[in-house]
Amino acid sequence: MDYFLTEEQKMVRELARRIAEEKVAPVAAELDEKEEFPWEIMKELAQADLFAVFLPEEYGGLGGKTFELCLVTEELSRICSGVAVSYAASALGSFPILLFGNETQRKEFLPKIASGEKLAAFGLTEANAGSDAAGIETTAVRKGDKYVINGTKQWITNGGEAEIYTVIAMTDKKRGNRGASAIIVEKGTPGFDFGKKEKKMGIRASATRELVFQDCEVPAENLLGKEGMGFIIAMRTFDASRPGIGAQAVGIAQGALDAAVDYARERVQFGQKISSFQAIQHMLADMATHVEAARALVYATARMIDSGAKDAAKESAMSKLFASDMCMRVTVDAVQIFGGYGYMKDYPVEKMMRDAKITQIYEGTNQIQRNIIALHLIKEAASKK
Amino acid sequence: MNIIVCIKQVPETAEIRIDEKTNTLVREGVPAIINPFDTYALEEGIRIREKCGGGVTVLTMGPPQAEQALREAIAMGVDSGVLLSDKAFAGSDTLATSYALSRAIRQMGRFDLVICGKQAIDGDTAQVGPGIAEMLGIPFIAYVRKIEEIREGYIRAERLMETGYQIIEMSLPSLITVVKEINEPRLPSLRGMLKAKKTNISVWDVEKLGGDTGRFGLDGSPTQVIRIFTPEPRKGGEILQGAVEEQVAALIERLKETKLV
Ligand SMILES: Cc1cc2nc3c(=O)[nH]c(=O)nc-3n(C[C@H](O)[C@H](O)[C@H](O)COP(=O)(O)OP(=O)(O)OC[C@H]3O[C@@H](n4cnc5c(N)ncnc54)[C@H](O)[C@@H]3O)c2cc1C
Repeated sequence: MDYFLTEEQKMVRELARRIAEEKVAPVAAELDEKEEFPWEIMKELAQADLFAVFLPEEYGGLGGKTFELCLVTEELSRICSGVAVSYAASALGSFPILLFGNETQRKEFLPKIASGEKLAAFGLTEANAGSDAAGIETTAVRKGDKYVINGTKQWITNGGEAEIYTVIAMTDKKRGNRGASAIIVEKGTPGFDFGKKEKKMGIRASATRELVFQDCEVPAENLLGKEGMGFIIAMRTFDASRPGIGAQAVGIAQGALDAAVDYARERVQFGQKISSFQAIQHMLADMATHVEAARALVYATARMIDSGAKDAAKESAMSKLFASDMCMRVTVDAVQIFGGYGYMKDYPVEKMMRDAKITQIYEGTNQIQRNIIALHLIKEAASKK
Repeated sequence: MNIIVCIKQVPETAEIRIDEKTNTLVREGVPAIINPFDTYALEEGIRIREKCGGGVTVLTMGPPQAEQALREAIAMGVDSGVLLSDKAFAGSDTLATSYALSRAIRQMGRFDLVICGKQAIDGDTAQVGPGIAEMLGIPFIAYVRKIEEIREGYIRAERLMETGYQIIEMSLPSLITVVKEINEPRLPSLRGMLKAKKTNISVWDVEKLGGDTGRFGLDGSPTQVIRIFTPEPRKGGEILQGAVEEQVAALIERLKETKLV
């Protein structure tokens, strides 16, 4: 399918593909096995300017946004989505600053993220607050020109590795949903530490870790937007970043499809290539069609966001929902086409199937995505009356 | 530090074919790449600039499409490129190529170091680097695997030998050819690729180079290629089986049989 990419976008894709194939592919299985954070590859991505593609030029970026983020994430995910999410989480961490930061905050933090000198992360989830983000218990109390943060964030991608964190904390518990605020916290701030690093089913090269705050004092000027805007900031951030998870899903599925096609053309049973069986052919045909449909939705959504759409929450949720459900099915089918070999670590599809699962869970589970979509449908219908 | 890196565009190795009538490489339809050894030269040039400042110019001689190789070098981080392209250069052997490149380097004014790959993977002669140095009348070190020190007017480098290495000092300006042990070439950057797309590549013809017109192209090439052929592939070897003692005995027997001992 031709998506009419610009010259620059073609370059972005080509470069991301080269890094994925030349630098990531040789180490992907080992990173997965050892659960090792891919610093070498992060440096390659930084040197190639790929952290700059999702930020504006005035902050050291190259002027792209969600679409470019999707292109890079997809290409990296074809080979290793643990690497891809470590990259994409830095974009996720940069979006609250880009969307809601003041000029000083943007100038201070975004160029360091764009150059890849520093990684970013986004901390919302807690042990008792997953889908129900309003349940967060971490507090930020204003004391003179400081906020004092206490509490623990859980499962934060790039935790421990990133330098710049946007953290959602309650500044006014009484106000519930409207009592949360977004605050930038830098690694190394006294009282800010990291808890245990999780052992995971998939995306094992990525770091998923606790952020622990104990009387952590942060300058008050690190507040993003105004007090009470925390959840709005989180939701707008996800609206801009969810197509990136869609792209991750498309990439993993494409990788699984490519591997399955190659394998089907080689494996012989009953005296013929298994690709000659219609059962296999039809599986491949469905997989390819679903991958392409998901890609089209992800790209269209990214373009809609980048063209300045006021509210893309519904489309953003759709792109993440559709692509991640597709990815799970396609990777399961890829393992099926490989048969027993697909279940072994000698082939890449078992990793892809493990990696696929998370795309249905994080940045809002697919149940939550359906809630968002349905809510919009109902609201839209009601507003027409 | 002003650095000039000489590169060659070559056909991708796996697909080399030879035209049996003309004894030349078939280039049509074969993807062209920067000679892999030259990518180490480019990387080293960029590293020296990053350390010492100055600029890196990439130079090549070839058909108009060799411009693509220069743009790839610029995408890696080289500052500018010069292409020597003229019908008069056609049919150059290593001597005529060295002459043309050395004339071009003279035209570029002050330089400190010329870097070449140790050889091109299509011709495999390893003659052009040393040839350029000779014609420029500057010292050179071939097969450099490491630059230990480089500063204004001075370089100390390790030359890879079949057994071990030698440490050699020389004054600048001079020339080195490099082996793959020297570094790991970087991939292009996006900013580099954007710059490469926009940069104007200077194309120089034979007139621009001046010098002795009889020394360019076919006229300046004493080499005559009589025939190019792929040598017979080596016949498959034999792996002796059994315990070590049996294998040794069998091996000695075999060597005697073939009158090798
Ligand atoms: C590897 C990994 C990386 C992560 N990275 C980050 C990160 O960088 N930053 C961050 O802030 N968070 C991160 N998370 C957290 C992630 O976003 C949450 O796990 C996710 O939002 C779901 O929350 P939960 O796990 O608590 O599930 P729960 O909310 O407990 O959900 C359990 C089940 O109930 C369903 N459910 C819950 N509520 C409803 C409802 N109202 N209607 C229907 N079904 C419902 C869910 O869909 C799910 O199936 C990460 C998680 C993982 C596993």
